[in-house]
Parts: sequence; C-alpha cells; structure tokens
Amino acid sequence: MSPILVAERITKRYGSNFALNNVSLEIPANSIYGLLGPNGAGKTTLIRIINQITYPDSGSVLFGGEPLLPHHVSMIGYLPEERGLYKSMKVGEQALYLAQLKGLSKTEAKRRLLYWFERLQIGDWWNKKIQELSKGMAQKIQFIVTVLHEPKLLIFDEPFSGFDPINANIIKEEILHLKEKGTSIIFSTHRMESVEEICEYIALLHNAEKILDGKLSEIKKQYKNNVFTVGMAVQKGEDVLRELSEHFQITSSSFDPEESQVAFEVKLPSPDTAPLLHHLSKKGTVNSFVETIPSANDIFIRTVQSKSIHE
Amino acid sequence: MNKLGLIIKREYLAKVRNKSFVIMTFLSPVLMVGMIVLIAYLTEINDREVRVLGVLNESVYYSKDFSSTESMSFVQFTDVSLEQAKDSVIGQNFYGLLYLPAGNSPEEVARGTLLYTKEAPVSGVVDRLDLIFRDRLRQQRLLDLGVTPAEFASIETDFQLKTETFEGERNLKGLNELKAFIGGGFGYLIMMFIIIYGGFVMRSVIEEKTSRIIEVIISSVKPFQLMMGKIIGTSLAGLTQFAIWIFSASLLLLAIMSFMGLETSAFETAGALPGGAGMNELSKMNSAGSEMQLYAIELMRIPWAMLIFFFMIYFVLGYLIYSSIYAAIGAAVDNETDTQQFIFPIILPLMLAIYVGFFSVFGNPHGPIAVGFSLFPLTSPIVMLMRLPGGLGEGGVPIWQLGLSIFLLLVTFIGIVWLAAKIYRVGILMYGKKPSYKELFKWLKY
Repeated sequence: MSPILVAERITKRYGSNFALNNVSLEIPANSIYGLLGPNGAGKTTLIRIINQITYPDSGSVLFGGEPLLPHHVSMIGYLPEERGLYKSMKVGEQALYLAQLKGLSKTEAKRRLLYWFERLQIGDWWNKKIQELSKGMAQKIQFIVTVLHEPKLLIFDEPFSGFDPINANIIKEEILHLKEKGTSIIFSTHRMESVEEICEYIALLHNAEKILDGKLSEIKKQYKNNVFTVGMAVQKGEDVLRELSEHFQITSSSFDPEESQVAFEVKLPSPDTAPLLHHLSKKGTVNSFVETIPSANDIFIRTVQSKSIHE
Repeated sequence: MNKLGLIIKREYLAKVRNKSFVIMTFLSPVLMVGMIVLIAYLTEINDREVRVLGVLNESVYYSKDFSSTESMSFVQFTDVSLEQAKDSVIGQNFYGLLYLPAGNSPEEVARGTLLYTKEAPVSGVVDRLDLIFRDRLRQQRLLDLGVTPAEFASIETDFQLKTETFEGERNLKGLNELKAFIGGGFGYLIMMFIIIYGGFVMRSVIEEKTSRIIEVIISSVKPFQLMMGKIIGTSLAGLTQFAIWIFSASLLLLAIMSFMGLETSAFETAGALPGGAGMNELSKMNSAGSEMQLYAIELMRIPWAMLIFFFMIYFVLGYLIYSSIYAAIGAAVDNETDTQQFIFPIILPLMLAIYVGFFSVFGNPHGPIAVGFSLFPLTSPIVMLMRLPGGLGEGGVPIWQLGLSIFLLLVTFIGIVWLAAKIYRVGILMYGKKPSYKELFKWLKY
C-alpha cells in the first residue's frame, strides 16, 4: 500500500537553531506510527508542518501522493499536546463549531456527535459548558472533536499526558478501533514505553535529526544483541554463577538461597544458544530462558551513544 | 458557510451572549443618564446655597447698592459697634461681615471697606462685591463729570461684529468650533470604540491561548482567518451595542419631546429651507430667534452624507489597524498583566489625536498641525473627521489631502495587518515566554 504521508528532506529553523534538519519520513497507510524522541527533538514542529500550522524552510510533504495543500486539513485530525476547549461555550455548540471548521455540514456533524456521545457515554452534556464538566469528561469531548470528521490521518501529540488511566485506556481502545477501520495514526511522545506496544513503525528524532526509523519488529531484531535472561533452580547458586562467569559474559545476576533459585543475564558472542544450554543443563534445572528484546528506549539510548562516538 | 463566516458568527455570539456584555449594554446608558442627572443635581444644590453677608455701613453712601440676589443676601446692621456686629455675624453663622467706615466720599469709604470672613472668601463673593463698588464709583465719577444716569444708560451698546465670506454668505460666531466639535464627536467615538473593542479582541485572543484551544483551531483554519474573524465578529458585536444605544436614545428623545410638548415643526421649517435661497432671506433678519435658526440651518448645511461616508471609511480602516495590533499583543503575551507595556504605545497616538484635535484643529482646522495629523495614519481617523465638517474642496479640506490621507491609511492598514498577522501566527503558539520588543521583531522573521 502506498504511504499516506511522505516528508522529504524537511528543514526548519527558528533563528539560528534547527528545529528540523533534513528529516525524511514515510508513514505507511493504515498503520500506527510512533514519532519518538526526547523533548525538543523536533516532533511537535514536524507535526505542525504536517498540519500546515507552520511551514518548512525547505523540503516537501506529500499527503496521499499529492503535495500537501490547505484542503487536506479536513482529512487530518490533530490532538495537540497543548489542548483545551472554550471554557464558557456549550459542549454541543463547541463540537459542532469545530467540526464545521473541519468542513462537515451541520446536520452531518450533529448526527456523528450523537453517535459518539452515546458510544463514550457522554449522554446529556450537550448544553453544559466545558467549565462545568469533570476533567475526564472534557478529555473525552476533546477526543471526539479530534476524530469526528473521520480523518484519514490522525495525529496525537503526547496523547496520554493529562488523561487519567481509565480514560487513557478508553482512548487507546478507540484508537485501535479506528485503526481497524482503516485510519492511519501518528503517535508522538517522549515517553517511549507508553506507545511501544501499539506502534508498528517508529521514527526516532534527536536534536532535530532523524536517527532511526522503520518497522519496530525489524528494528528490534536488528538491535538484538544476544542477551538472554535465565532462571535456574540450583543448590549452590554462588558456585554455579562463579563457574559460569568463567565461560560466559554474565552481565547481572542474583541468588535466592531460600528458593535455591538463580537468575542472571548473559550476553552471548553469537545468536547460537546451544553451547550455553548444553552447559546449563549439567548444572541444574533451567526454568526460564528468554531472549532480552531491547526497548525503544534502550534502542534510542544506544543509537544516540553510538552516534556521538562516531562523530 | 465558509470558515471565516463560522468564526465571525462564533465570535459575535460569544460576545453578545456574554453576561457582562448584556449588562453593560443596558446598564451603561442608565449609568450615563444617572451621572448627568447627579451632576446637574449637585450643581443645582451648589447654586442654591445662599450666602448671607452682614453689612455694617457707617457711611452715608451705598445704602441702596446691596440688593439680595439668588446666591447672596445682605443683612443690614444699624447702631452697633464693629465688634458687636462681628459677634453677631459669627453667632448667626453668616458667611461674613462687610464693614464700610464713615467717609467724605464714596471713594474714601470704598478704600476703607473691609470684608471679614471665617476663611478666605470664595472668588464669586469677592468678584460680586468688587463689581458693586466699581459700578457705584464709575457712576459717581460720571456724575462728577456731569453725565446723568439716563445719559449713561443710553451710552450702553451691545455690538457684535458681523462677518461674511466673499460669496456673501453670512458666517456665525463659533461655527468653526461647532463643526469641529461635531467632527470631534465622531473622532471620539472612533477612539472609544478602538480602545473598548480592541481590548475585547485582545482578551479574546488571550483566552484562546490560556484555554489551549488555539492549536486545535489553527489545525483547521489559517491563523490569519482566525484573527480577522475575531476582529470582525467582535466589532459587529460592538456595532450591535451602538445600534441598541442609538435606537433606545432616539426612542427616549422622542418620548421626552412628546412628553414636554416640544414643537418639532420649528426644526422642520428650518430644515426644509433650501440652502442658498433660504440663507439670503434669513440673513436679512437679525432677531435673536433667527440667530438660533441660522445655527440650525448651518447644521443642516454640514455635508452629513459625505461626513458619514468618510466616517465609515476612517472608522473601518482605523479600527482594523488598531485592533490587529491589539490581536498581535494578545498573541504575544500569556496573560493580561503582561499587556501593559504594549498597550501604552497604542493609546498614545489616539490620545495625541484627541488632544491635537481639541487644542489645534478647533481653532485652525486647516493649519499645518491639523493637516499633518490628518495625514499621519495613526491619528488621521480622528483628526481628519474633526476637519471634515467644514466641507470638502474649496474652503474646506482640499481633496488631495483627503485622498492622500486615505491612501496612507490604506497602505498602513495593509502593512500593519501583515505585521500583526505574523506576530499573531508565531505568538499564539508560544507559551511561557515574556516577550520583549526584540523578541517580537525576531518573530517577524520566522
């Protein structure tokens, strides 16, 4: 399938600082794409460029194969990091207004709103003002106005910050549901662990530059470094660990004498696990043997470190 | 409906439905009328106060000169000493005691006369007493020169110089001032509108920033659209308020006029007279009544249609220039307390325009200062309107000046809105920065 969004060599400066330096991305259609990086890496600037809130100094953006133009805003839904609603405006009126700004007709917007209000159990809040609502309720409404116009591309900037755990979970479920219905989704966050489990693709931004991107499973495969976590039942744990460390690179270990249980992490020189398993089987009963998959956070740190070593 | 229309509608409704707006719309005329009534009432009370002066006259003169008036009355003391009179005045809480010693002539008496009061007397009392003595002394001297009071009365004249233009039209005293005053009224209206509704625009921008909805909205519309929609919507709300006021004021006026049985026909006949012919006929009359009618006619002769047409132009352009600056300020700050440093430079030219208008344009509507300020775009909406009631073309504002003024205003309008939109676009997404002018200048380049 062709990508929903392509960013080509985007550069944006503020004064003499680069917010984005020659960043290229491809966002596959109907996928969940994680835009990851620490604060100030350039994520929000990139998202604002996609939303045509700011414009790049150089580079171009293609939306569904066409150059990005003002009419595309009706096909994009955006939940900004800095978000809110008019406090003294009524819920229904406000949602209608925002939907109409995205190009929906009033009647269509109303029909969809009623559907969403029922789906998220918002009920008879239509004539309440935002300032009278609980925070969780306002968050639901914020989500509804983001997705109401059924955009092809949804962008969430730090989606779960400010949401309480219950609402965060509801929103997560709704997002997955939208993805099943064919929407492409971009998640932008500096809390990498929060979206790792739902992202199929990721890009890592650091200091205005893209340092890594691709399919998450492939990246992880690539960054696997033959580290395994082993749990064993043995009588003399200390002796076993001492003996093992003469043959293998043990990076961390622990022994529980009461349960006669050792746990350790071992780094192998190659993906071949046979010599280790062969060795272990003579020492005791292996009750867990797991390959340690690096987290996005680990990958990020390693990439940044290796980059600064190379430079 | 297009997006700009939607924004205008929202901004308008948000403003008009606001409780404070509704309250202000209905309360401020009441407050205004109340204030006028209160001032009139207080002035009346002030005037009603009668000051009582004791008079101890030991001379043979001035016995008939101290007659009581509305604000002053005199109580004559006879056959008492000065000390007794003083005690009596203090005891009865009179305003003061006027003591005229004995003397051989009115002059001698006058020179010896003294006014005793508790505190330094108000100037009104002293002026009035001065006048009494001056009149009396003048009469005495004339009498000494052999002029009888009857002869003296016949000398009194009440002369006023008549003036005419070269075309033979009669000029009225104070007409220039009156015209400038009408123009000044329009100018003042513009200034008030800019300050009040510019402030509303600014607060509305700040509200969008603090409620963090701004980024949600500008992912759907252009910041420029939002800014213009906001300015237009807010000003429509302002015009609604003005319309309500004008409508209710004319209702009230009509009610008062019918209540008091005033003849409106007097104004109508004056209005119905066609300019030139009526003028000539009327100018032959010279009674006090026709004087009033002449003013009425002159007022009718002010080119109202032209004036209102240019009022609209200057109003729209002036308001747009200033309110886009207000919008930019609102975008640059995080809360209202930070706006002060930027507000003053905006209000300055407005104040300057009003002061220059009242001090310079009234006296000399076509002098160099008036011309200069009516060309300078930040003051021209106010100052030019003060000049325009004098007419356009010959004898009034030269057409080239009006044209140049509007041209400069237009150029400034485009330039300022462009600059303001740039600051606005960057500012609405900036949080937690206290902006300086240097910072704003940097934003222009983003």
